[in-house]
Order: sequence, then structure tokens, then C-alpha cells
Amino acid sequence: MKSNKHLLSGADIFFECLRKEKVDTIFGYPGGAVLKLYEKLYDVDFLQHVLVRHEQGATHMAEGYANATGKVGVVLVTSGPGATNTVTGIADAYMDSVPIVIFTGQVPTHLIGNDAFQEADIVGITRPITKHNFLVRDVKELAATIKKAFYIASTGRPGPVLVDLPKDMIAAECEFEYPEKIELRGYKPTFLGHQNQIKKAADVIKNSKRPLLYVGGGVIMSNGHRELKLFAKENNLPVTMTLQGLGSFPMSDPQSLGMLGMHGTYWANQAVNNCDVLVSLGARFDDRVTGKIDQFAPSAFKIHVDIDPTCIDKNVIVDLPIVGDVKHVIAELASELSEPLQLDDWWAQINAWREECPLHYEKHDGRLRSEFVIEKISEKTKGEAVIVTDVGQHQMWVTQYYQFNNPRSHLSSGGLGTMGFSVPASIGAAFGIKDRPIISISGDGGFQMNMQELITAAYYKLPIKFIILNNSFLGMVRQWQELFHAEKFSFTDLSDSNPDFVKVGEAFGLKSFSTDKPGQVDSLLDEAFSINDGPVLIEFKVVKEDMVFPIIPAGKSIKEIMTKRLDPKEMV
Amino acid sequence: MKHTISVLVENQFGTFNRVVTMFSGKGFNVQSISIGETETPEISRMTLVTTGEDKIIEQVVKQLNRLIDTIKVVDLTGQSRIERELALITVFYQRGTRAEITNVCNIFRGNVVDINNKTITLEVTGPPDKIDAAINVLEPYGIKEMARSGTVALKRGEQLKAEKKEPLVT
Repeated sequence: MKSNKHLLSGADIFFECLRKEKVDTIFGYPGGAVLKLYEKLYDVDFLQHVLVRHEQGATHMAEGYANATGKVGVVLVTSGPGATNTVTGIADAYMDSVPIVIFTGQVPTHLIGNDAFQEADIVGITRPITKHNFLVRDVKELAATIKKAFYIASTGRPGPVLVDLPKDMIAAECEFEYPEKIELRGYKPTFLGHQNQIKKAADVIKNSKRPLLYVGGGVIMSNGHRELKLFAKENNLPVTMTLQGLGSFPMSDPQSLGMLGMHGTYWANQAVNNCDVLVSLGARFDDRVTGKIDQFAPSAFKIHVDIDPTCIDKNVIVDLPIVGDVKHVIAELASELSEPLQLDDWWAQINAWREECPLHYEKHDGRLRSEFVIEKISEKTKGEAVIVTDVGQHQMWVTQYYQFNNPRSHLSSGGLGTMGFSVPASIGAAFGIKDRPIISISGDGGFQMNMQELITAAYYKLPIKFIILNNSFLGMVRQWQELFHAEKFSFTDLSDSNPDFVKVGEAFGLKSFSTDKPGQVDSLLDEAFSINDGPVLIEFKVVKEDMVFPIIPAGKSIKEIMTKRLDPKEMV
Repeated sequence: MKHTISVLVENQFGTFNRVVTMFSGKGFNVQSISIGETETPEISRMTLVTTGEDKIIEQVVKQLNRLIDTIKVVDLTGQSRIERELALITVFYQRGTRAEITNVCNIFRGNVVDINNKTITLEVTGPPDKIDAAINVLEPYGIKEMARSGTVALKRGEQLKAEKKEPLVT
């Protein structure tokens, strides 16, 4: 800066702040309230702006980018409908603790509250679904506000932060200074775990006969996967993961029990049910994990490590809480444990459960099944791809049949369960990750919820493989209808109302394939993987009526686990 | 069980809303909320009266702490504290009852703050149960309308000061 009196417009300050935050990609859509920003953006060369086709797509892209890279995802949209369209993605990021910053345009300050054209109270609307949000009311606060937004989004338990930018704030001028420090006296995440609590936890683990690590997304967010692996391997501990935790520990390792919970493996759920010490690392005892609360790990001493104190004792009362950064706490725990535990009996028991009820699906009737396709993808990518799933049956099958070996490889909408997540999130991931294949897997229902973003993938020539496991049904809902709702398949049958997905793909400029034959899966996947100058779409027409097993019905315990479809003859 | 929670918050646009939104979003009960400036103008104090089992109250306190704009949260329940509420109560009177009503007002150490040919308005201050008692006694005369401020509270003795957390350095 030449002199102290050098004035910059809000729009200039905005981009200077993004430069300081080392933002390289933003996902956005222009509109009236942010025209001034887009005017500046035209000449900005240090970042790439990705033009989306719907603002919901932008937020999911930012999530995909953030989850795949560990960096903050950034969204820029206009006021009113531009802002309200981001809401689902923001809620999704809030539930899954994804660090994104959303910049929304707003009508000029003097018109706020006047029902002005394209006005929406987005700060009010998003208050319950953001970690924090701001309305900039003075251009002098703009730089500090942006700094705070990035800081809050990316520290502690990460989450979405929204910054609402009235049009006159973007136009107004002031001196620019990016603050070195910011003062947030009400925000001070606990980073170091309490020493005595950690010692106590280590003692409990040392003396356990049947310990189990229950690992959630927190381990991936804190980049604690190496510490976790060392801790588990050195002490011979079994590891089960939540949906968001998949990839924190290699699933190819025999110490991995796979996912737990409603559609988790039989042996993982048995291990939870029978363990004497349960160590929860960066997981939040979600209802899809616990089922019936009072029968969840009933005989276990429960240790809960989490950076967010509100997670502790929220769903399940634990015996020993440790608030802190999970990566740090795992390392401390590991240093307290010197000798490997003698767990032969426990492992024998776990392995017996593995054999008692392995994952299985029908392989010999010549019909194409989702599980088979996912297994093939897992084989071909050796568990090294970034898999971005949608919500429903295919999402659960991916957790069962894809062998995740690395963190930040499994991106999925967990907490909110947002159909339409996969297509845009995979695009966001593809902007952040260039050295691994990006594979989007959706059902036929969810695919249609954000398929407008295919053109974004095509325009930017992203080598994403868009896979549709088409069973012509809203499969998971259909499954619940069959199991729990008197087989009334109410509005879940899409056989007569699905589009021709190959034509859809082609219309957006994607090479598109379709098959319903197991014998063609290999060659189609090979062909798809050989195309790297743009996205491809493959539709696999799979069996309509398959269900995901095992399933522990909602609010039930493992005693009520269903491992296969009941034969009508067995039903009384 | 009833809990009185004192919360120091940033005196900023939308902070009150944030707290209220959190309560409704999490399904917590609220009996009363009051908010006003403290000795430090950029900090406000909210006094919340809420009910719930211990597990719920623990969550209330944690969720309040989790908000970025809250600086300090103290559950005053079980601590030696001063609680006060103010009520304005407008009561109908007839010939003969006016003296009775002013007498009640005196017993509760209230003030008569307004009168016309039909009604008399009293100001009563004190712990919430005293206000309840005054209302009980006044009810038979016919209460026309009433406004209660909600509880404000402070810890006794060593008073709660807005403890300044060390500023975060990034």
C-alpha cells in the first residue's frame, strides 16, 4: 500500500481478503446484488471461479472441495433466491461439520427490511444452521469479518459460516488492512485434552479385556489418521468406523471391523454390544449408530473424545469425557500405553462373528446388482479413489463393499441425508484433487436432484465418473415400505417416470453408457476409466427389489438385527 | 427443576436472536429472558429462567457456551444470588376497594404509579415468588392488564464481572 490514505472499495477488499486466505477456487453464481464483485472478479487472476447451475450445487461443491482437501470451501451467490438456494447445502455442512464460507449478496442497507427486490433475511434464515453468521454493516468491518469467518469455519469443530454483503458495502470505500489478529473472546476451542482424563482413559484401556475404538469424522477432520493407525496397530485394538469416519483407518486391515450402526456389519455391531471399553474418537453417538440408546454398548465403560463439549453426554451418557483435538488426544493416549494388550480371546470372538454372518448378496442368478458394481469399482481403484455418494441404499452398499484405505476418500451426506449431494460434491472434489480418480455414485432418485451440474463438470472437463445405480425405485424408502409400512409402495416406483439417463448424459455432453448385464460391468468400467479428458456417465440398471442387509430397525437394538429378507414361508 | 442462568454476551446485532433461536431449535423451555447492558457497554447480560432435568440443563449451558457471541455462562441455581423482577399490574377498583388495593400494594412494598376513575396501576418489585404472591392477592379485584419484566439476577458477594477472556491470536 502506497500511503495510509489509499482507499479500496468493498469489492477490492473482498478479493484481497480471499487472496490473504489463499483461496484458489470459489463456487458461485452472479446476480444483481453481487454485480460489483463479479465486475472485479473479471480481472482477478489468483483464483478460479466455477460457474454452477444452481446455488445448491455451489454449496455442495464447496463441501466436496473442503472434505476432499481439508481446506475451506468458498461460495459466492447473490441475494434473495441466490441466498435461499444455498440453505440445504449449508444445513448439510452444519450437520457434517464441513468448513465452508458462504458469501451472499444483500440489498443495500437502507432497503433492508423493505421487502426490496430479491431481498431475503438470509442471516435470520441460516442462524440455526451455521456455526456463525455475519451481516456486514460497515465497510470498515469487512476485512475483519472475512478473517473471522474463515477462522471460525476452520477451527474447533468446523462448520459453515455465512457472510451477508449488502450491495452498498461492496461499493463503499475504506482503507484496507488485513488484521493480523482477531479478537473473539467468546470463541476459544479447547485443543489440548485434560492430562488426568487422558491418563485415566489409558488406564481403563490397559485393563480392558474387550476394548473397541469407535471412530468418527473428527479423526479425519483433525488429520489424526496416522496417530489412529499407530495407536490401533501398536495396541492390537479393533476399529469400527461411522459413515463419516470411513477411511480414517484402512478397511483392508484385519483390525478394521467396517462400519457400525443401522447398516453396519454384524461383527462391528456385536463388538459394540459386547465390548467392555468403548473409546469414541471424534464421533457423536448419532441415532443411526446407537439404535436404542439404553442398549447401546450396555456393559461398556465409555470414553468419549470430542472437540465439541455439546457432543458429550448429548445422546449417550459417558463415563469419561475428554474435550480436545482428537489427533492430539490419540497421540497422548498412545504414549500412555506401552505394551500391546492381550486380546486373543476378544479377537477370536470377533472373528467368529465375522464368519457367523458375513456380508452377502446373490451372485448366481445372472442379474445385475449394486453390490457387484461397487465391489468391481473397489477392485479396479484398489480403494484409492475418492468416492462421493448420494443418499440411500447405494450409499450403504458403498460402505459395505468399497474398501476405503485413505482419509478424505469417502464423501457423503451423513447427518442431513441430502439427496442430490453426490453430483455437485464430486465436482467440488475434482477441483481440489487431481491425482486420484473421482467417482460419483448416485441412485436414480438422488441423481435427478442436482443433475443440472453435469454441465459444470462437462464445461470444466473434469474427469469424473458419474455412476447411477438405477433400480427404478427410491430404494431405501421402498425398503422401509416393505419392512415397516405394509408393503404400500407409495410414490417410490420410478419405473415409468425416470428419464433416459444416457440421453440426459449425452445432452450435457458426457460420454454415456448403460447396461443391465453383470458380464459388461468390467469392460464398461475399463472404458470409463480410460476417458480422462472429461466426465463420463454410466447407468447400471440393477435389481429393483433388493434390500440393504443387515439392518437394525430404527430405535432398536442388535437383538432385532435382520440379516436377510424373511422368507414368506418362515413368516407366521 | 427451575434454573436461573446468567449469560454475558456481545452487545451486537442479532445476539439476542441467536440465543432465542438456539432455545427453540433445541426444544429447550424458556420461562423468561431479560437482557440489558452491563457496566461495559459492548457486553450485555441475559438472564434466562428455564426448566428441565439436569441432563437438559447441562446441554443448555453447553449450547449457550457454544454460541460464538456468548462470553460467559453461569448457572446461578444453587448459588447464593439476588433475583429480582418488576411487574406493572393494572387492577380495577370500586368504591371501597381502592384503599384495600393500596394496602396490598404497601404490604408488598410496591408503588402506586397510575390511577384513573376505574383502575389503579401498581409497580411491584422483588423475587419472582413475591410477584406471584402479589398477583394472587390482586386477582380477585380484577386485573385489567399486567407486564412482567422477567427475572434479572446476580451472584451475591463477589459479583460476576465480565471476565475478559484473553484475546485470541491467529
